[in-house]
Amino acid sequence: MLIVRDVDVSYQGAVAALRGVSLSVPAGGIVALVGNNGAGKSSLLRAVSRNLRRHRGEITGGAVTFDGEPLRDPGDCVRRGLIQVPEGRRIFGRLTVEENLRLAAHGAGKKLVPDRVYDLFPVLAERRRQPGLLLSGGEQQMLALGRALVAGPRLLMLDEPSLGLAPQVVARIVTVLREINADGVALLLVEQNAALALSLAQHAYVLELGRVSLEGPAEKLRDDPDVRRLYLGATAVAT
Amino acid sequence: MITFLSLLLTGLSTGAIYALVALGIVLLFKAAEVVNFAHGSLLLLGAYVTARTWEAVGFPTAVALGVLVGALAAVIVERLLANPMRDAAPVALAIMTIGVDIVIATELNRRMGPDIVVVGHPWGGTAARLGDVAVPANRLIALLVAGALIVAFLVAFKLTDWGVAMRAAAEDRETAALLGVRLSRVTTLSWILAGALAVVAGIFLAGSPTPGLSPAVGVIALRALPAAILGGLDSTTGALVGGLVVGVAESLAAGYQDQLSFLGRGFGDVVPYVVMIAVLLVRPAGLFGTREVGRV
Repeated sequence: MLIVRDVDVSYQGAVAALRGVSLSVPAGGIVALVGNNGAGKSSLLRAVSRNLRRHRGEITGGAVTFDGEPLRDPGDCVRRGLIQVPEGRRIFGRLTVEENLRLAAHGAGKKLVPDRVYDLFPVLAERRRQPGLLLSGGEQQMLALGRALVAGPRLLMLDEPSLGLAPQVVARIVTVLREINADGVALLLVEQNAALALSLAQHAYVLELGRVSLEGPAEKLRDDPDVRRLYLGATAVAT
Repeated sequence: MITFLSLLLTGLSTGAIYALVALGIVLLFKAAEVVNFAHGSLLLLGAYVTARTWEAVGFPTAVALGVLVGALAAVIVERLLANPMRDAAPVALAIMTIGVDIVIATELNRRMGPDIVVVGHPWGGTAARLGDVAVPANRLIALLVAGALIVAFLVAFKLTDWGVAMRAAAEDRETAALLGVRLSRVTTLSWILAGALAVVAGIFLAGSPTPGLSPAVGVIALRALPAAILGGLDSTTGALVGGLVVGVAESLAAGYQDQLSFLGRGFGDVVPYVVMIAVLLVRPAGLFGTREVGRV
């Protein structure tokens, strides 16, 4: 469904952020992209969603296709069902909860039907008229997911969805992600929290200094000694 | 007392006109990230078109033509100049608009010469009486029209999809783009609206008690800039309140200038700036502005 082939990305024509990165997400699958800060995870997402220019970066080699066709701009991605949940949630604080959802539906060229989101996250229904800046971190992540859902996703790209959240909130988000996936939506999970990402995904990539250093079935990566040492911590147990 | 009420009413109507202009300035700052110093010239250009065409096509059509030309000129500035510069520093964009202002104003100056061009309002210079208070009918109509336009604008800003998109773009352009909002459309629409609102204001500014349209009207319109700034440059509410405050302050200062003669004659003209400075000393972000040091 999403195919990234030999992509190079550089910033301001000089700093190479990605070198020959290839990755693919099959329809309905869950793929994890694991890597430390600065490994190039955000650059890869920007390359896919055509959002590099704003950051003075560009794709200098390779190609990205979605359903076999190149992606033109962020709006094109959204309207074809490739939806990104940005790092740090990026909720519009001065818009109400419902306006945040409405904007996302409008951006995707759809009419807002918030029922599904409110069923998944009843707290958002209670707070629908409140401005986004009053939400807690967990509620903001729920709203960010809700925004993605009302846009009618076929592939969701999630950038650090667990960052800075309480464990029970993370558990709730994971449950919802499984439900969304069960409905046939593919997931590309970009995480520093490798334990979480590898437990959800079927296939995973490890990004290091702008290159894919390792890839394979998620189970296999969980047992890889290097991955265990570098990303799962000496005592971490992936379940 | 009657003098006071009459001055207050005149001030409110001038203020409503300033508010229309200030609203456009705020809109451009929020949604298009430009401080537009060419606003006075856009206003002058549209009003000039109305003044030159009303005899041939009648006043209503002339107004429509003026508004159309003002909006079109705004779009041209956006497409030809502002859009290619959108990655430049905000200061560079602001200076570009100063250049546009000089070009348009100079050309209109040349065309108008020392003449005062009549805009041809059907209500002319008639005065309306509210009880014992007399004000020019033009000012009363301006108050009503500006009020209606402002309410319509605010309702649309609050309730429609493009209103939500504009507010979102004003807050975080990148995220809005990632959600599929077409930023270039939002920007273009802001310029169209700002240009159109300015021309409506210009047509009223050039009417009674002002004898007609002259290059000075463009300069007077720039008093909306202190209005927008004292309200807080990123607040629509601020633009309205700022417009009214400036209008009333100016009208009172002009009306009581004999009592204020120790400040020198013509104090009314500088009042908008004095009020702005006073407000900024107390509230550096303006009355309703967001405390924000810089936009990234």
